[in-house]
Amino acid sequence: MFNLNKNKLITLLKVQYSNMLEYRVEIALWAISGIIPFFMLNIWTNNNLNESINLSNLMLSRYFLSAFFVRQFSVVWVVFTFEEDALLGKISPYLIQPLNPFFRYFAQHIAEQITRFPFAIIIALIFFLINPESVWIPSLSILLLACLSTFFSFLIQFLIQSIIACFCFWTEKASSIERLLFIPTLFLSGLLAPVISFPEYVKSWIYITPFPYLIDFPANILSGNNTNIISGFFMQIFWISVLFPIFKRTWFLGTKKYTAMGS
Amino acid sequence: MKIRQYLKIYSLFLNTSIASELEYKANVIIDFITAILSLVGSVFLLTIFFQNTDNIGGWNFEQALIIQGIYTILNGITNTWFNPNLTEIVKHIREGTLDFVLLKPLDSQFFISLNKIAPSGFLEIILGVSLLFYCLDINQININFGFLFLCLTTLFCSIVILYSLWFLISTTTIWFVKTWNATEVLRSFLYIGRFPLNSFSFSLRIFFSIFVPIAFITTIPSEVFLGIAKLWEILLEIFVAGIFFIVSRRFWLYALKYYTSASS
Repeated sequence: MFNLNKNKLITLLKVQYSNMLEYRVEIALWAISGIIPFFMLNIWTNNNLNESINLSNLMLSRYFLSAFFVRQFSVVWVVFTFEEDALLGKISPYLIQPLNPFFRYFAQHIAEQITRFPFAIIIALIFFLINPESVWIPSLSILLLACLSTFFSFLIQFLIQSIIACFCFWTEKASSIERLLFIPTLFLSGLLAPVISFPEYVKSWIYITPFPYLIDFPANILSGNNTNIISGFFMQIFWISVLFPIFKRTWFLGTKKYTAMGS
Repeated sequence: MKIRQYLKIYSLFLNTSIASELEYKANVIIDFITAILSLVGSVFLLTIFFQNTDNIGGWNFEQALIIQGIYTILNGITNTWFNPNLTEIVKHIREGTLDFVLLKPLDSQFFISLNKIAPSGFLEIILGVSLLFYCLDINQININFGFLFLCLTTLFCSIVILYSLWFLISTTTIWFVKTWNATEVLRSFLYIGRFPLNSFSFSLRIFFSIFVPIAFITTIPSEVFLGIAKLWEILLEIFVAGIFFIVSRRFWLYALKYYTSASS
């Protein structure tokens, strides 16, 4: 099913990276549109809301900065591209190629993240200029763990969206399902409020869902807040291993269903 | 005569776009569920904020709900009218089909801003209005004619400001071609409109009053609703709405001078 080798992967990445560089401004704008966590931080600290959750202003500001970073490098938009390609029939030539088209989208995402990196750093530097006391340098091992968990978070979201994208084979507007799923992701992942601050009736079940592992868990690692690293990684890997077979199955069924444009 | 013509054309726009949107009935339902969940999510976020405090920036929970209601209505209007049309501008300019719009014996801004409609946003507006009715009850507000008039005026001004903001940003497409994510930046800034302006620090408050006038978009209508708005605030809002509308109109006419169609 997946005819992938190192050369193909590198070529894909190179092509997509130069593609993305063409639209640097666009990606910079995407990066700016992700600054909601900073506004949230402002509400939290300005109203002393964090006193109740035993999180100092300092740790909270690091948390939200980390959440910003994790979000920057786990944004997924495959369903929107795929929907357009499927509607316009661009999928057909990709399907003939001896390579699953999702590798192309995957490479696009990775390339976009690389392009995004300098802009995210600039935004972080501005943040540090405004809040110089919140500067911290995580140790190398923490940094590696944070990168790994962010990548896993990206993978989980990529798989979920790819499954939704496969629905394009049956319905023309799969992206509205994605918009529906985005709402719980927004409110439960920890982007707007750390999961630790959630009321008990939510905390009792939320750790079984994939949501806290999308932003909250990697951000806690990176910012040095308390989190259970082992169970977090376990749940991330668990969700990836659940979602991957589902994706494979829907892809298989979907491509059988696919009728090229004009036929 | 002219107005009657435009009204007739608008009703034709309505017919065609509603017909084409209702092709995707399941979609409308999904969008409605999305709107409900999104409101539930923001109320959930508010309850987190109010867990251990009884006011944020001087607003208690019941009052903060009003802002959510106004935001939901405005978001519904954005999703019904602004979003489907103004993302279309980008397409028109990239593919050169703006030529066809300009050739029509019809005001181009009118055509571009109102051509399409996404009915799923209606449900969001209804949702917001029902939340406001609920707020009337829990905040024990008496309705009278003056109150209703002021509410509708400020809400109308908010819509005008919102429209002008969207239109201004979409117009820049004439120079930059690919700016539909600039509207995404605007969207994320507007998100702040869900919360009372006073809950932010002073510098952000200034930013959100001058550069992105969120203060005018949700906070002042909510204050009017509560009956605590001052007269100068209302007058200022009307003034700002007027300025924004005129600027967006002028900017569009100015930008058209720089439009070179796709093949020339």
